[in-house]
Amino acid sequence: MKGNEALAESAMRAGCRFFFGYPITPQTELAAYMSKRMPKVGGTYLQAESEVAAINMVYGAAAAGARVMTSSSSPGVSLKGEGVSYMAGADLPGVIINIQRGGPGLGGIQPSQSDYWQATRALGHGDFHIPVYAPSTVQEMADLAYGAFDVADKYRTPVMILGDGMLGQMMEPVVLPEPVDPATLPEKPWATTGHAHQRPHNVINSLYLTADELEKLNVERYERYAVIEREEQRAETYLTEDADVVVVAFGAASRVARSAVNAARERGVKAGLLRPVTLWPFPVVALEATIPTAKVYLSVEMNMGQMVDDVRLAVNGRAPVDFYGRTGGVIPTPDEVLERICALSEKVGE
Amino acid sequence: MSRELQIVLAGFGGQGVLFAGKVMAYAGLIENRELSWLPSYGPEMRGGTANCSVTLSDEPIGSPLVTTPDVLVAMNQPSFDKFIDVVREGGVVIADTDMVPELKEREGVKVVGVPATSLAEEAGLKGLGNIVLLGKLWAETQFCERATVDAAIEKCVPPRKAALIDKNKQAISLGIEA
Repeated sequence: MKGNEALAESAMRAGCRFFFGYPITPQTELAAYMSKRMPKVGGTYLQAESEVAAINMVYGAAAAGARVMTSSSSPGVSLKGEGVSYMAGADLPGVIINIQRGGPGLGGIQPSQSDYWQATRALGHGDFHIPVYAPSTVQEMADLAYGAFDVADKYRTPVMILGDGMLGQMMEPVVLPEPVDPATLPEKPWATTGHAHQRPHNVINSLYLTADELEKLNVERYERYAVIEREEQRAETYLTEDADVVVVAFGAASRVARSAVNAARERGVKAGLLRPVTLWPFPVVALEATIPTAKVYLSVEMNMGQMVDDVRLAVNGRAPVDFYGRTGGVIPTPDEVLERICALSEKVGE
Repeated sequence: MSRELQIVLAGFGGQGVLFAGKVMAYAGLIENRELSWLPSYGPEMRGGTANCSVTLSDEPIGSPLVTTPDVLVAMNQPSFDKFIDVVREGGVVIADTDMVPELKEREGVKVVGVPATSLAEEAGLKGLGNIVLLGKLWAETQFCERATVDAAIEKCVPPRKAALIDKNKQAISLGIEA
């Protein structure tokens, strides 16, 4: 199964019954798959007139309490930014998929990780975060999309799956999760489902003209973010127990990094891999565990150096932090990364 | 077979290199191995060259993008020229000599030419040159059990095109004997 298809199938199995999208390479298979399958599970697939329209439809369906998703690729995700900010301001759950391509602007259509900053820092205006998951295999595309709906509902927040063209287009074996019947999901007492004169109106809104009121809401939301930072950090570590050189990489780049780490070990270099699965919250706990042995960190990314900021913040000056990346849709090769690992190993060994 | 096998299949769009790669991927799936299949996409594919990377392994697969293949299947001259120099030492190149008129030898690499397009056509299997080459690839590498190749074809050809299943199986045999 292709990564894009795994995302789509898994979302429906998580009880997603509304999909609003707009075609863009390299995520189009996701929407195509949804258009075929969604009607068969009794859901709604709608190709909106634009990305802006699609994200606002997501807002509407989320307000009515449904499990809902939209997907796009980098330039399209920029268009959705305003809507995601409104969802965050209105505490609405929903899942947004970004199958990244090279940027800025229309950029290219080959795989990239150039939207790390956008996803973790500034998807829209305002004081807010959203949890961001970074799958690295087709299996993980399925598993993380499935779990994303639970996280979104639990914390009443939009959640992003940040993939890339390589993960979206490639096929790997996948074991799909068990389908959930949306009727069995927990009630959403805040949803605008009609009060039938039985309860007060539910209001979904992100406009608060009284500064004190808005401040209080933002502070409350950040208390929820603190819980997410504590409870939802996820990372995989590979051969880091005794690692001198700790490579940090996510998504497709982590696949390349893993090959390079294996090759470095064959040469007797103590290299390991820390792979963030959540980008926000950044897995500082897992990174902390690598500090005692690490002599140097190497952030490997398919961009000009974005996650390296978070690595530096987490390392906080306790070891040097280096960066290697390719950009514009170029995928780094294991040999390039291996060369950098070996050079760093020699440097810190002196 | 315990080692990792990395394959690049390349040709013009429409020659079926992605499909041949998919059959290999399904063979891996049937035998419960680790596998990845990564296509080229975008402008490269539209009217130009298409290629896909396939990896079969017993260990979790790192980068699915194959940069130094153990096996190259080339269905046209540009693909042959593009990839011949990156094939791993000790690797195999299988080329359709109808489409790759200028075969180049390379030390440490076995270059096997098969007139796959014409062989397929003469056998009444027009358009299945890709599968003839896949048969040859199997003969050279035994990347799976022989019966698994046929089983993989049954998975990859949609049931509404059932007549094509037998033709594909014939093309595999033709390639193995070529």
